[in-house]
Amino acid sequence: MTAPPAPPTPPHPPGPPWALLAELTHACPLRCGYCSNPVELVSRSGELSTEQWSEVFRQAGALGVVHTHLSGGEPLLRRDLPDLVAAADGAGLYTQLVTSGVGLGERRLAELNGAGLRSVQLSVQHADRVTAERIAGARSFTAKERAARLIREAGLPLGVNAVLHRGNLDDLDGLIRLALDWGADRIELANTQYHGWAARNRAGLLPTPAQVERARARVARWRERLGGTLELVWVAPDLVDATAKPCMGGWGAVSLTVAPDGTVLPCPAAGTLPGLDPPNVTHRELAWIWRESRAFNAFRGESWMPEPCRGCALRTVDHGGCRCQAYALTGDATRTDPACRHAPDHPLVEALVQGAADCADPPAYVYRGGVR
Amino acid sequence: MTAASPASPAMSWRPVLARGVVLRHDRVRGTDLLLLPERVVVLDGSAGGVLRLCDGVRDVAAVVTELAVRHPAAPVAAEVPEFLNRLRKEGWLR
Repeated sequence: MTAPPAPPTPPHPPGPPWALLAELTHACPLRCGYCSNPVELVSRSGELSTEQWSEVFRQAGALGVVHTHLSGGEPLLRRDLPDLVAAADGAGLYTQLVTSGVGLGERRLAELNGAGLRSVQLSVQHADRVTAERIAGARSFTAKERAARLIREAGLPLGVNAVLHRGNLDDLDGLIRLALDWGADRIELANTQYHGWAARNRAGLLPTPAQVERARARVARWRERLGGTLELVWVAPDLVDATAKPCMGGWGAVSLTVAPDGTVLPCPAAGTLPGLDPPNVTHRELAWIWRESRAFNAFRGESWMPEPCRGCALRTVDHGGCRCQAYALTGDATRTDPACRHAPDHPLVEALVQGAADCADPPAYVYRGGVR
Repeated sequence: MTAASPASPAMSWRPVLARGVVLRHDRVRGTDLLLLPERVVVLDGSAGGVLRLCDGVRDVAAVVTELAVRHPAAPVAAEVPEFLNRLRKEGWLR
């Protein structure tokens, strides 16, 4: 084995991570145009085994992780999912299933519940069945309705997640009513992040500033109406808002992502960044990856920051924004996130947003093929 | 603030963690945590010890009595019912 390259010294030793996003598989029955998984997906044969995932959970628990999100793709496509839930629960992790709901029958849910599953996050694309299935690129609405009912009947906390974009922002009231009708404890309204496949559909997904303004006002009204009875989370549209997002709570600061093939990344989209040399759990301990690897130290802290971030008060709020977006839009991951109004490259984003505002007839979604 | 009388509603409910809420000792950080979907609450000092007594069988008065025996010098009767009520309002206890 050759010695790994010496990582840059981080400004402070990092505290332990809180959360692990476990992308169990890239396979998915849905083909959402806004999918932020990579364009090149991991094949089924390249996925970690049951034993390898169990070892990941064990190491994560020992490292200080307390939450794991079993995600994908569609994690229900892993036949060993109950074993994986049991392994995560056994490692002391609070285990949440992140699912499309397709394939979540009564027996499957009972198995998962019995294995120690703590909560479920269910995706929804639109309150109208036909529109929802057009966005998802697949029959799925009936399965989601059934999944929501079963989750509630099982007594598990239900979070409903809707990725927002040009095609559903005007139906925000419908989405919130649907989630309430389904008995959600929490609704996450997450504006699209233009990573992976979603970047291909940017022109069809990017909303107009007027749409965002109306949606934001609706969210405020719902919050007032609902009081504190239901948690309503709004993940802001960074491009339209001209505000860099506090991506992942800071690079290598809060959580790890493990891809289906065992690649470990500071964020789900970081696999696209050049020179990151992403480590893999099949070669390295998670503790070494978190503390020592080049990938996790590349943008940790503030020493990597360019101007204007370096001298900006917002750097402690937005941590310099999104590295993957900087790379996607400028070809240089060390640039200030162009979403930020103070970024030298912000005109790129202004042009995109102006393009969306001027476009009366956005293009249809490009759907991806399946995973082999 | 005066302590509630043993027969008051503040003392007679039987607190237990709500569904989906997990109380855990974090050995890595040396602290007690409440784990919820998408959320971690770091518990200060004795809060975890109070919540470990919330088993749905003991009422608040019994929790207070037990804690007063363990910590005779602490203002248990004045603070614990209020603390538990706050967690009930958050939806973490029922």
